[in-house]
Amino acid sequence: MTTVLSTRWRWRSSNVIPGFGITFGFTLFYLSLVVLIPLACLGWRAASLGGADLASLGSDPRVLSALATSFWTAFAAAAVNVVFGLIVAWVMVRYRFPGRRLLDAAVDLPFALPTAVAGIALTAIYAPNGWIGQFLQPYGLRIAYTPLGIVIALVFIGLPFVVRTVQPVMEELNRDVEEAAATLGASRLQTLFRVVLPSLAPALLTGFALSLGRGVGEYGSVIFIAGNIPYVSEIAPLLIVMRLEEYNYAAATAIGSIMLSLSFLVLLLINLIQAWSRRRFGHVL
Amino acid sequence: MSSKSVPPTAPIVFRDATSESPLLKAGLIAVAAVFLALVLFLPLAAVFSEALRRGPTAALAALSEADALAAIRLTVTVALISVPLNLVFGVSAAWAIAKFDFKGKTFLITLIDLPFSVSPVIAGLVYILLFGTGSLFAPYMQSAGVQILFAVPGVVLATIFVTFPFVARELIPLMQDQGTGDEEAALSLGASGWQTFRLVTLPNIKWGLLYGVLLCNARAMGEFGAVSVVSGRLRGETVTMPLQVEILYNEYNFVAAFAVASVLALLALLTLGLKALLEQVYGRNHTGSSKH
Amino acid sequence: MNLHIRGIRKDFDRFAALDGVSLDIASGELIALLGPSGSGKTTLLRLIAGLDFPTDGSVFFGEEDASRKSVQERNIGFVFQHYALFRHMTVAENIGFGLKVRPSRERLSRTEIRARAKKLLELVQLPGLENRYPAQLSGGQRQRVALARALAVEPRILLLDEPFGALDAQVRRDLRRWLRDIHDTTGHTSVFVTHDQEEALELADRLVVMNKGRIEQIGTADEIYDEPVSPFVYSFIGESSQLPVRIVNGEIWLEDRTIGLRTHDQSNSEGAFYFRPHDVDILDGCGGCLAGTVLSSRRVAGTRRVELAIGGPQHRVEIDLPADHPAATRSRIAFRPKHWKVFAERS
Repeated sequence: MTTVLSTRWRWRSSNVIPGFGITFGFTLFYLSLVVLIPLACLGWRAASLGGADLASLGSDPRVLSALATSFWTAFAAAAVNVVFGLIVAWVMVRYRFPGRRLLDAAVDLPFALPTAVAGIALTAIYAPNGWIGQFLQPYGLRIAYTPLGIVIALVFIGLPFVVRTVQPVMEELNRDVEEAAATLGASRLQTLFRVVLPSLAPALLTGFALSLGRGVGEYGSVIFIAGNIPYVSEIAPLLIVMRLEEYNYAAATAIGSIMLSLSFLVLLLINLIQAWSRRRFGHVL
Repeated sequence: MSSKSVPPTAPIVFRDATSESPLLKAGLIAVAAVFLALVLFLPLAAVFSEALRRGPTAALAALSEADALAAIRLTVTVALISVPLNLVFGVSAAWAIAKFDFKGKTFLITLIDLPFSVSPVIAGLVYILLFGTGSLFAPYMQSAGVQILFAVPGVVLATIFVTFPFVARELIPLMQDQGTGDEEAALSLGASGWQTFRLVTLPNIKWGLLYGVLLCNARAMGEFGAVSVVSGRLRGETVTMPLQVEILYNEYNFVAAFAVASVLALLALLTLGLKALLEQVYGRNHTGSSKH
Repeated sequence: MNLHIRGIRKDFDRFAALDGVSLDIASGELIALLGPSGSGKTTLLRLIAGLDFPTDGSVFFGEEDASRKSVQERNIGFVFQHYALFRHMTVAENIGFGLKVRPSRERLSRTEIRARAKKLLELVQLPGLENRYPAQLSGGQRQRVALARALAVEPRILLLDEPFGALDAQVRRDLRRWLRDIHDTTGHTSVFVTHDQEEALELADRLVVMNKGRIEQIGTADEIYDEPVSPFVYSFIGESSQLPVRIVNGEIWLEDRTIGLRTHDQSNSEGAFYFRPHDVDILDGCGGCLAGTVLSSRRVAGTRRVELAIGGPQHRVEIDLPADHPAATRSRIAFRPKHWKVFAERS
């Protein structure tokens, strides 16, 4: 009997643990209800708009400008986060100093703090009469109500993605590899840049992609500090909200479907990085 | 092999081969500390300081306004509905994925993670398209007199969407690491499936479960983008605390806006404190991915 | 390059990992540091490399005091137990790394580095694997690459930390022979750490047996095996049986009877009597020899291993008999060790 069973192609390998049917069934049901059907609805509405409509709505200069703003600010913020997130993670993994645990716990603040709260707090700091803004104002440097403000908000939002992706990989680094580099004559800096940094590259890239993906779609923390000036500091999610408030569902659908495709691209990118890392280095991040 | 006594040499202090010079070390710590202070601590300080700009009484007065109280009530209600639902889903998905082998498992995990990579505004948008005018369901709901959009059910649905993966994401890697040995042992000793889950599995995952619930709750209470799209902002009815913050802020009522915001910030601090505590209790390695 | 270790002491927190270790190694020797875990052998190797620094004492490379140099300046080759290959670099890049990080005025050109890597890969018998990544190699291949990488910098001394510790038994045996060949070809002064005595005995010119942070004995395989200087070395190297004895006027007593052997040691004291199970004469009967009741008898390959209780159940020893020896059927066997040693207890 077992031979018959084991030679047959099976979708699931059998084991004695009960409850697969009900848990798997419920998982699929709930997943479909909450996530898949609503997302499919967006796809269906976008498809029923037709290619021509979708293209004309999507190529509206204001839409293109908002998409570009969302993308490049998220890109810049992710880049900042890769540099500083790397330093923060390194300091927390390798060094022991008073206050380390506090810093470590604080890194998750952007996960826990509601985005709207972050948004108004950052505005209070960087507005022309704000905590920091007032010192920059005399030099003609404006942060709030410019794209720079968006970058700052997205740095706040994206930081934990980089730190929390890189940190565990750093903890797993083998010291003997660094020692090997030293015995071969490499200075500490050479070891850091030629040995340590390259082995963190997949994790850094993943952190970058996660930060980028989150930044492109971010809304709450950005709209307060951005000033939302069309063609300058208007982000794509805000444009969706505005079109919805005008009951212009077609335009909202068009922008939404473009953004959703962008998210899928980022997701694909992350999976490609991980597949590459697994193939090349024989391990997942 | 007795050694001849060696004249004591001046102790030479060398750095071990895998650490940086003290100067570089101090520099990096300083960079990290200043960066985190600017990016994380300063905004947090700004929230409380702006709330107390006119003294604690003004802040407390703003919090005892009827609208503020209604927003707090709605926020708690929404969390009380969405978190348990996602908890049940998370446990069930983790059980199916971690304890069994089936084709397409990786794809299923990707689908569960999907809400993390979708803009919250799009989460709101999809429900508008699903239930709004011109949608497939609109005529039926109208005839049945059910209001989803611009009402509490819409707020709940949007919240469920954005907090969907939290518990599952935490439990799946944890339960995969634990394998099926304990459960098989319990079953072989005659326990029923439900007994096995309650007496064997649940104690093993309780800290991870709590951790997931904590993060899920923080996001549920703090969600802004998705909720703002479907809420309609009916004061005292469909306005959650984050939306109340926005409304007050846009009315230039800054003290009140920051007062409500500081309640949310306190909630965030509480979440972080409990999270740190949990990590201490059961170790960072078991706290799953933390990618959300 | 001669290597001299003078009065090394290494304290970790409050326990001494090494205490008064001195050792002279001649140019071109292959030396094994052998000992149980915690004996300080790896610590000693890391001190020679400059990966750790002694609390006291010094390390000389020839006439030069290396203790004041950093690991980078010492120009040693170090092979790690778990290979420590750079996994984001190809095999060729790994081997060329030490040459690439040199200051620009000493650095070889890219093609020269490449050529050196190719040559070293031939030396370690892995030609053609230049462009593989470490993840694509077997354990044995990785360790060969690690050795090639260490040799690439033309080290003054080659240090290997449990080089075969992470490999399967069969691969270990092959690599052992291969390492001996490489050593004979290149003639590097080499020190390797191992806890595997078979490996040490087979491979090394001289062995350094370590225990609890001290050197117990230094010598060739013959010296260490035939003339162990301490109970530790006797029991750590090879198989041994031990009996607690008393020495009275040079005569050795087990409990209330003499065992028919005499020692030069005239001190009247307690002592420990050691012999090798296979190194015994079986007697038909005796007055003044060792005799015991057979507790168990097992066939081990070409011989029969017999466990005996001598003068009561508390003294158990093992001896080996030829598989077809008639004594195997007896319930009581008498024997006399051919080679033995008694260590008087220092009181």
